Amino acid sequence: MIWDLHCHFSGVSGKTPQERMAQLIGFADRMGVERLCVYMGMSWSRDPSPEEFRKQNDDVLQALKDWSHRAFGFVYVNAKHVQESLEEINRCIGDGPMVGVKLWVAHNCRSEELDPIVRRTAELKAVIFQHTWLKTDGQEPAESTPMDLAQLASRHPEATILCGHTGGNWEIGIRAIRPFRNVFADTGGGDPAAGFVEMAVRELGAERVIFGSDIGGRSFASQLAKVVGADIPEASKKLILGENLKRLLTPILREKGVRL
Amino acid sequence: MQPLIDTHIHLSRWPCRRLPLDETPSLVEALQSQGVVQAWAGSFDALLHNDIAGVNGRLAEECRRHASFLIPFGSVNPMLPDWQEDLRRCHEQFRMPGIRLHPNYHGYRLDDPVFGELLRLCAERKLAVQLSALMEDKRVQHRLLPVPPVDLAPLPEAMKRAPGVKLQLLNAFQVLRGELLLRLAAAGVCFETATIEGVGGVHKVLGQIPQERLLFGSHAPFFVFESAKLKLAESDLTAEQMKAVCEENARRFISL
Ligand SMILES: [Zn+2]
Repeated sequence: MIWDLHCHFSGVSGKTPQERMAQLIGFADRMGVERLCVYMGMSWSRDPSPEEFRKQNDDVLQALKDWSHRAFGFVYVNAKHVQESLEEINRCIGDGPMVGVKLWVAHNCRSEELDPIVRRTAELKAVIFQHTWLKTDGQEPAESTPMDLAQLASRHPEATILCGHTGGNWEIGIRAIRPFRNVFADTGGGDPAAGFVEMAVRELGAERVIFGSDIGGRSFASQLAKVVGADIPEASKKLILGENLKRLLTPILREKGVRL
Repeated sequence: MQPLIDTHIHLSRWPCRRLPLDETPSLVEALQSQGVVQAWAGSFDALLHNDIAGVNGRLAEECRRHASFLIPFGSVNPMLPDWQEDLRRCHEQFRMPGIRLHPNYHGYRLDDPVFGELLRLCAERKLAVQLSALMEDKRVQHRLLPVPPVDLAPLPEAMKRAPGVKLQLLNAFQVLRGELLLRLAAAGVCFETATIEGVGGVHKVLGQIPQERLLFGSHAPFFVFESAKLKLAESDLTAEQMKAVCEENARRFISL
């Protein structure tokens, strides 16, 4: 069972989210990936206005109309617009089918503006996916690092927080999140560097490592390889490839009456 | 199982981390268990060591222990005095079919006349040339070792000085797109799969360049070997394309 934490509507042609999903699912089928968590990617908006993030989320809702048996939606928000973000979380998760929140690079995740967003997400039993990168060659102005995320996590032990890309520089990212049991490492998006998943399992335990691909800019192949090619027990691979994500999403899926 | 020739592996130690397969016997075993029948090996040591002659000697010796499986590609650093002797040894003493270049680690641009001269000598000796565009994503490099990727723009001009040179670019796909990619492919340059990304990436690349130009390469043990192999499965390739990429193109490339 393979569930993918980290997918976008990119890397394939198609005018509508449904058309793009159909193609992405084609590749997922080739690679044995059952479920895809999707957010953003029909276009990109790094610092979205409320109108822009609503449009991105409408794309996801549209895709879910045809693909709810294969995909889960995460709602994209911007902590620079707290009130509108809370309303959007209520629309897409509270009253809608989505199960997670996606935060990208608009606002650093240390800031207190994230607090009501994280609290509301946790109340709804949804998960928070925060992009993190620790770049040797320089951050984007508001881009969060795993250290920033650790700060946020320390304020919200009740929330389930996913550390996007594990900071890219994973040797440092893994250390940064290590003390926080409510933070999970996303394997997606970087090159298939050997040793990443081995270190993550050694330092965090396999229960805290979650497969994500970051398709369509990445391939399923390079990202799956990090897990299937890792020198770790088969049981750990199963946790990372799907069981962990299923465990984290089970409370909200149950609440929504989704049968698995 | 379709036999694979992996045109892009490394021996010895990556400078900044231990890798799960950085001992040659375990690397060889892992590759063979994945259906690899031959692997072209350079040495990580070539990136930073100034005693390139020593690096190449050890590489040749290590490959001899796994003869007919590991094929050594020694390195030449044309910024070092008397680099021509390293080239001579790779060819005449170690009988290597080709050499591997790291212009970004060795500190020269491809419009430097010495690069053209090196290519010319390789063409003369009928040595294949592998040119590595990068070793790792610049966003994750060690903060004391920020090495930008090779600027490939001057390559077509440099190749004019070396008619008939056999050239393969390694790890090129994150930095090479569009018109330059097409021009280089048209000029006979070959590529490999290690840094092809995007869903169905291999299929997309084969839509851009002639099928004879793409060779299988993994960048193991720095990259997880399975990445390259799974990419072949992710793309819907014809049997003919598969055979070409996995094996035939590589055999043609070094049987000059
Ligand atoms: Zn992403």
